[in-house]
Amino acid sequence: MSLSKSDFILIWILRVLAVVAAAITALIIIFVVMESFPILKAIGPLPFFTGNSWHPKEGFFNLVPMLVASVLASLGAIFLAAPLGIFSGLFSRFYAPPLVALVYRRLFELLGGVPSVVYGFWGLTVLVPWIGEKFPPGSSLLAGIIILAIMVLPTMSLAADSTFASVPPQYISGAAALGFSRLRTIVSVILPCVRPSLYSALILQAGRAIGETMAILMVTGNIVQWPESIFSPVRTLTANMALEMAYASDNHRSALFVSGLILILMIIFFVTVAQKIETGRPRA
Amino acid sequence: MLRPADNWIEKTANLFFWFVASLVLAIFILIIGDIVLQGYHGLSWEFLTSEPASSGREGGISSILASTVLILMICMAAAIPLGLGTAILLTEFTAKDGFFSKAIHYSLDVLTGVPSIIFGLFGNAFFCKTLGLGFSLLSGGLTLACMALPIIIRMTEIALRAVPDVHRFAGSALAISKTTLLWQLILPAARPGLVIGLVLGIGRAIAETAALIFTSGYVDRMPSSLMDSGRSLSVHIFDLSMNVPGGDQNAYRATFIMLILILLINALTSILTDFWLGKRLLQ
Repeated sequence: MSLSKSDFILIWILRVLAVVAAAITALIIIFVVMESFPILKAIGPLPFFTGNSWHPKEGFFNLVPMLVASVLASLGAIFLAAPLGIFSGLFSRFYAPPLVALVYRRLFELLGGVPSVVYGFWGLTVLVPWIGEKFPPGSSLLAGIIILAIMVLPTMSLAADSTFASVPPQYISGAAALGFSRLRTIVSVILPCVRPSLYSALILQAGRAIGETMAILMVTGNIVQWPESIFSPVRTLTANMALEMAYASDNHRSALFVSGLILILMIIFFVTVAQKIETGRPRA
Repeated sequence: MLRPADNWIEKTANLFFWFVASLVLAIFILIIGDIVLQGYHGLSWEFLTSEPASSGREGGISSILASTVLILMICMAAAIPLGLGTAILLTEFTAKDGFFSKAIHYSLDVLTGVPSIIFGLFGNAFFCKTLGLGFSLLSGGLTLACMALPIIIRMTEIALRAVPDVHRFAGSALAISKTTLLWQLILPAARPGLVIGLVLGIGRAIAETAALIFTSGYVDRMPSSLMDSGRSLSVHIFDLSMNVPGGDQNAYRATFIMLILILLINALTSILTDFWLGKRLLQ
């Protein structure tokens, strides 16, 4: 088919738009690398892991305590949310009557769209004082873990639900023909079949949890330290960026971009692992 | 299909799943209920129509809503042409497995996984500093456009691919140009999907906070131009609860308004998906 003149113009407009859209990803990576470059060139990557402390004005740039806090918070959140999410996915797929399942899923879609700042706000005004009564000061790693867990729970449950839905129906009919009960089918047929997808969903949610900023910033107390217990206040990498970016300059600003770079690398790692697991899944 | 509960293990399992599901629901009812009850308390129209006073402790959120709407409009004004154009190119003019298509899809996947705080860093470095837009509604809106882009492209692509090829063959047979075909047949047929993509994009953008705190900033006055700094509703909730002692009551109200907005967007998406997309496009 030959192209008319208007087609020719159209295609070039579309090409320009698409290149701009694709360039955004490249731009983000280029800018984060470019902005972290000055300090990496000046002191190298080592001080970010071996420095005395995080006092960027005095030239100390140790990110490890915040890195540890980020990892602990997201692992803790997944640990809490995973069983609840998987059970509630099993509920909506296999136990709930169709109408209940539909409403349940719709509710979770709605809850998944609730902004993190809303969960953070509730954490700050209700959960933190509540923890603080027994284990002062209340703003703590634990509060962060609980809020993150609540935040990822809806998506976790929907992801679990849709992996269960991907089980080929003949497997279930087969189990029914063998006289398997519902629980037996779930334990012996469904779960083994979807295990890789479930792991991959868990890892993706961990990536989401580690990148979450506002909710965790509002409930963890934001003190840069190694957490002594689950009740100690901590500051995560993301919270640190949100708190200090507005006024940071020179090396300090650059150091914050380095922490952003570390975060991106961690997320790329998570996504790659999740994809590897997912594609390694045996197909029906 | 599966055998009903007929022994005690099955019955216990059944009870257990109902219990877990109720527990999970109870957590969310607790949270949402708290916000609705406290936020609805003493809420009036004046809250929506008056400007915040004494750092937001008093007064309402009119200027905040105005900034939010402006940021969203900038976001959509940038994201719609980019998203629509990219999706049309991908579906109508490039091979599905070609290099170009793969490269764009890969970069969109990366974009989806990038945490919002990184968009904030990028927006601050690129829009505020490099392009010299400073802390402004424009910087914030453009940063959000980058975030909303993947979802808009994906939904538009789905909508365009759902248009039967018969339309395209008919167009070719009549020897009308690709441009005419697109405007007259394909885009109208794909409209429902496009609208859903837009609504989802708005939903994602309105929920965003971290990317805005150092791109559009904290200023709570009524914006007079797009180059003014302006505070979005989400940033307002954050600031009132974290940095303003005694701001909790108004923070509850603002959060309640936010929940209503999210509910409206969600309902709109559901209705569009069910009645429009479901019936007309996927028959």
